[in-house]
Amino acid sequence: MPDNNKNIKSETKSAAPPFPGRPGGGHRGAHIMGPLVKPRNREDTIKRLGGYLVKEKTGLIAVFFLVTVATLLRLCGPYLLGLAVDKYLIPRDIGGLKNIIFLLIAIYVLSSAFTWLQNYVMIGIAQKAIKRIRDELFVKLQTLPLRFFDREPRGVLMSRFTNDIENISNTLSQSIIQIISSLLSITGIIAIMLFINWQLALITMLTVPLVILTTRRLAFHTRKAYSKRQKELGSLNGFIEETITGQKVIKAYNRESEVIAKFNQGNEALKKSSVRAETLSGSMGPIMHMINRLGFAIVVCVGGLMTVKGLATVGVITTFVTYSRQFAQPLQQIAALYNSIQAALAGAERVFEVMDEESEDEESKKTAPLKRVGGNVEFENVNFGYLEDVPVLKNINLQAKAGQTIALVGPTGSGKTTIINLLTRFYDINSGTIRIDGKDIRSINRDNLRQRLGIVLQDTYLFSGTIKENIRYGRLDAGNEEIIQAAKTANADQFIRRLPQGYETLLTEEGNNLSQGQRQLLAISRAVLSDPDILILDEATSSVDTRTEILIQKAMLSIMKGRTTFVIAHRLRTIRNADLILVIHQGEIIERGHHQELLAQKGFYYELYTSQFKKAN
Amino acid sequence: MNIIKLFSYLKPYLLITVLGPLFMLLEVAVDLSQPWFMQRIIDIGITQNNLDFVLRNGILMLLLSFVGLTGGFMSVYFSTRASLNFATDLRRDLFVKVQSFSYANLDRLSTGPLITRLTDDINRIQGITIMILRMLFRAPFLLIGSIIMAAITAPELAPILIVILPILVIILYVIIKKNYPLFYQVQLCLDKLNTVIQENLAGVRVVKAFVRSDYETKKFTAANDRYMETTVYASRMVALSMPLLMLTINLGIVAVLWLGGVKLQAGGIQIGQIVAFINYLMQVMTSLMFVGMLILHISRAEASGKRVNEILGEKPEITDDPTAVSDLVIKGEVSFRNVNFSYNGSADNPVLKDISFVAKPGETIGILGATGSGKSSLINLIPRLYEADSGEILIDGRDIRSINHKVLLEQIGLVAQNTFLFSGSVKDNILYGNPQAEEDEITWAAQTAQADRFIRHLPVGYDSELKQRGVNLSGGQKQRISIARALVRKPAILILDDSTSAVDAKAEAQIQKAIKKKMNNTTCFIVAQKITSVLEADKIIVLDNGSIAAIGRHEELLTTSDIYREIYDSQLGEEEISYA
Repeated sequence: MPDNNKNIKSETKSAAPPFPGRPGGGHRGAHIMGPLVKPRNREDTIKRLGGYLVKEKTGLIAVFFLVTVATLLRLCGPYLLGLAVDKYLIPRDIGGLKNIIFLLIAIYVLSSAFTWLQNYVMIGIAQKAIKRIRDELFVKLQTLPLRFFDREPRGVLMSRFTNDIENISNTLSQSIIQIISSLLSITGIIAIMLFINWQLALITMLTVPLVILTTRRLAFHTRKAYSKRQKELGSLNGFIEETITGQKVIKAYNRESEVIAKFNQGNEALKKSSVRAETLSGSMGPIMHMINRLGFAIVVCVGGLMTVKGLATVGVITTFVTYSRQFAQPLQQIAALYNSIQAALAGAERVFEVMDEESEDEESKKTAPLKRVGGNVEFENVNFGYLEDVPVLKNINLQAKAGQTIALVGPTGSGKTTIINLLTRFYDINSGTIRIDGKDIRSINRDNLRQRLGIVLQDTYLFSGTIKENIRYGRLDAGNEEIIQAAKTANADQFIRRLPQGYETLLTEEGNNLSQGQRQLLAISRAVLSDPDILILDEATSSVDTRTEILIQKAMLSIMKGRTTFVIAHRLRTIRNADLILVIHQGEIIERGHHQELLAQKGFYYELYTSQFKKAN
Repeated sequence: MNIIKLFSYLKPYLLITVLGPLFMLLEVAVDLSQPWFMQRIIDIGITQNNLDFVLRNGILMLLLSFVGLTGGFMSVYFSTRASLNFATDLRRDLFVKVQSFSYANLDRLSTGPLITRLTDDINRIQGITIMILRMLFRAPFLLIGSIIMAAITAPELAPILIVILPILVIILYVIIKKNYPLFYQVQLCLDKLNTVIQENLAGVRVVKAFVRSDYETKKFTAANDRYMETTVYASRMVALSMPLLMLTINLGIVAVLWLGGVKLQAGGIQIGQIVAFINYLMQVMTSLMFVGMLILHISRAEASGKRVNEILGEKPEITDDPTAVSDLVIKGEVSFRNVNFSYNGSADNPVLKDISFVAKPGETIGILGATGSGKSSLINLIPRLYEADSGEILIDGRDIRSINHKVLLEQIGLVAQNTFLFSGSVKDNILYGNPQAEEDEITWAAQTAQADRFIRHLPVGYDSELKQRGVNLSGGQKQRISIARALVRKPAILILDDSTSAVDAKAEAQIQKAIKKKMNNTTCFIVAQKITSVLEADKIIVLDNGSIAAIGRHEELLTTSDIYREIYDSQLGEEEISYA
């Protein structure tokens, strides 16, 4: 049964940072727990998947060899049994029986040994291939632009790593062996049966069309029913996920009974479609048992009649009875494999789709590495939109001299964060130029550029690990002393020392055991440690209480010295002394200048400022 | 066993639950009869050249086959229905249970694991139940039946069974015993791997900003290697089980040949008996493989069963007193009397200490204080989202514990710190506060929350769909919608928990002004970081480390409270600390 709905949990905290002015972007990958989607480009996908296996050529050849030997050995058993019955048991020849018994023991031991060996080798090959796919996918993700992450929900990406790759893994480690051994078994059994007694063989094989017909018909209906079930399961799981994530809101707004009613609807619908799908797929069992019994009955009855007439022997019946049982098995296996191969190919296709996404371009890798930058930043006629036809920034011009502090001010959604996103090349501009020290940033290697920038993002993200590790993230080769120093600079040292394990305190996933303010102090420590040339503070102190904020600001003051700094702040008081204040409104710079100048203009800034202060004065 | 405890859910479906295995028994009986027929055909029909006997028995076998088919179908029919009814009910009860949880329960169980339990775990249990009802009975029936039939068909060969069976049991036992910890290891490695992936997806900006992709890749590769190695090792161990079982049975067959040959010579046994015995042994092999598979699956489902039971066993922290009043119209007076509170009920870690104050209907109460001083905890006590450890909270002079919780919640509008919007349109989200609201009430609420303007600018206005719970909106826009959601219920008590942090100062002032003007009977609690947000409040409560440090109007506090003045100076005073 396809279990395609793991890891819905991954989407739980889908706190994607808000993007002012970005109306959505289409989501394609809505098939988190999609039903057995037929792969669109089967041949290419198979070829590509094969490419991962082919790297283990020797192993594959070994598997092929081992499977062949194991299968042939297994086929020998029933034949020799029949032989023993006819040649030694019925004539009561104990001496001859001894020989065949030793031969049988040897064959049985070898066949078990080879069966294990074939699996042993195959498991290694398949897992190595899977590991390589997983590695490649991860490396690819690292190179993808933020645009991609905006578009694809986190849960969907997560399921590439879990569901899709798991489907591939299951199939790779099982199907290759099964396909080879099934095909070999069928041909082998047919050949041996025909060789022993062709009349009885043909009659026994009467069941073959029966098997093929019923499996195909049943599989067709089962697949259809399952895909309906999967769809319903997907939507119910989606509903559960959203409900639980927003459970506190539901509680506060008293909406439990309504939610339960809606849930019951989905749950009942799921039950209905599940009953159909499971009944259909379950019928396969009794039908196959029936076909087995039919084969058995035919062999025994017809074989018995033939033996009475002298056309067969008891040994032949013994052999045929076993073969008829083994005969239906591979056929069933191939039918079962079909589904899992389909699922694996569909999964592989989705994985490859991600791998084929366009990376952040690497053309500028050759450019000379940037060691230190002075910090002159210049925007010239910059236009940008997250979507092509929805401009977010319009004709932005600005100049920041080395060491200056530039403040970006404006209502939410005006495009402040976007300016920062462009400077860091999280996104590339549509037209215009951004220069650092006179150099177009598109000619600077992206990683190199970011290494020179210190960014404290709007929402703090911490990794699981110790506090020390999280600060060290700013500079990996930093020693313990430097880390403590950075924490001191960011005024985080105090609270860290008060924690039970100090710097070795483990943070839970996403740092939930710290307060918002403490997390921001850590994020600032991290930026301090990275010792950037240009500092970017995106509302970094918005969730810190005022006393903590003062501490942070003092810390900031000391690290801002000699560095060009961009500040986005809602509290206008903190930027009164900025060298340049840019007032951004609906994607345009509508006012610029010094605090006093702007106040004198009695424009937008004046209004913003006074609305914050007039009550106090 | 946890999974078995859950099977009490099958009780309402007892009849079909029992019918499934019963019909399965029929099918198995037919399967078991086949080698017996064969033995008779060989030993009587063929040996005595009795064509008629062979034909008669052959036809009987065919007819019985169809009886078996009917049994099989019926078994699938009943067991599928029983197990799906079971799983559906279980899923429902689990969901209903979660709906009954209060905030403390939710904090303890946390969102991610809860979702996994309701989706993953339930589905696994459903799958296992279907399998168990279908196979659990077939495999043991077949196994035991084959052994018995073998012993009956050829009692002379039975000693072989006595040797083989214990060996099989030991092999199975050792394999399961060895594999269980191995797969636990695999799961641990997988969890680690998934954590790395998850963190890289969630923290993609940080990774990019600090140019740490090489570092992350190294971390990932290490976890990936480890996962692969454990998987390979565990899978190879499991792969050992089949060949070992096969070998044991096959050696048993060899033993049958030998012993049979010897007995045949002595004349105590017939050839058909030997062949039938061998056939029964092969049946034993097939059913053993199924049993092994089943045990593996059940042990995997056991963990799921445990997690589900954990939730079902969780007691909702807040339940209604049966005598609670349910027809109360709240005027809006809120008073705290010596309230103490802690999140886990432990006195050593108090979050709020001896809180007492009174808020009159229509008053605006500002709450200030450092992060962690207990602001959010305090306001969460008003709608009884958490239960206070001691002291009393009164609304209109009535202890909130004596008010029906739903009735209480209905008349309170809470805007939480973290905005959560549901999928659906903007309108749906505002309606969430009050499903009965009319069009003009929605607009009214949006206007008051200063959200009407930007909503109208959206492509289809109020009917615009929120993508992924609002990623297409800015933080400030989302906050304003969630404020409108609270306002549309026209609550007697409105609580804004730092819910304008992403709204710019101008809009924030407008929101406050509009609320003041349009809802002057509503008691309003405003938790804020910015002192300007609460300057005009009728009372400002200054919290310090869980206690009330000062309480009063702005002008009073300026002269009486050092802490308050300190905050004021830091934010609005003349002493400047600012960038540049």
